Amino acid sequence: MNLSDFTYISNLSGGLLIGIAAVMLMLLNGRIAGISGILAGLLPTGKGDKIWRLLFVLGLAASPFVYRLAFSLPAVTIEAGTLQLIIAGLLVGLGTRYASGCTSGHGVCGISRGSIRSIVATLTFVTAGFITVYLTRHKLGL
Amino acid sequence: MLNVTAFLVGLLFGLGLILSDMTDPSKVIGFLDVTGTWDPSLTFVLGGAILVGSGGFTIAKKRQRSLLGAPMQLPSATELDKRLLLGSLAFGVGWGIAGFCPGPAVVSAASGQPKAWIFVAAMLTGMALYSLIEQHKK
Repeated sequence: MNLSDFTYISNLSGGLLIGIAAVMLMLLNGRIAGISGILAGLLPTGKGDKIWRLLFVLGLAASPFVYRLAFSLPAVTIEAGTLQLIIAGLLVGLGTRYASGCTSGHGVCGISRGSIRSIVATLTFVTAGFITVYLTRHKLGL
Repeated sequence: MLNVTAFLVGLLFGLGLILSDMTDPSKVIGFLDVTGTWDPSLTFVLGGAILVGSGGFTIAKKRQRSLLGAPMQLPSATELDKRLLLGSLAFGVGWGIAGFCPGPAVVSAASGQPKAWIFVAAMLTGMALYSLIEQHKK
């Protein structure tokens, strides 16, 4: 455990904002703020209304620009190489579609509404993440 | 109006992701590194979100229509099937390899990280592959 990396106040405030956003989309638009589902709905194969999904994603994409008006963006370190990013992206894309959700849809919205499916999904992907990082970082030395 | 709120909610969601450090893959991998120098700070992100969410969704579940008159589209699936488990497993492995999940990847790509673009392109390809595989089955 590394306490110098323990930035819980900004983490908690960010989490509260994410929660407020998820509740707003549900109470105002009647929709679950599941990012993987919203993105998939924008693909040519996606069904249903594309306009609100597009605007949601545009809002998401505008966030770093708005954030920069008041603060400087936090440092981002992406250690994965191109091949790893491609494999990871494919797994995240396929996996979130088969599971019907990701960190936002299952982790935030699903757990908040007490869905057993979402609790099981979240425990599964977090555990898979733990094991993957154990293997890549401590066994394979990637 | 629903489109305006969708944009504003997307913006707020993205600001939350940036503020909470979810957009930094090295931070995410630090959180997933339970057998190494574990950084627990991201538990506060999910904790904070669920704190607000559990209150909000309790109200939402009782409603037939949203405050703006839209139908409440709450998921109805309850099955714990192979699709859910294997899909979540694959997602978790990808999350652990890159440190990106869908929302933060889009925000990072928008802020001009070329590596995030590679991830997002592969992720969208994965999503499209899913649709093709599922259509082929029918």
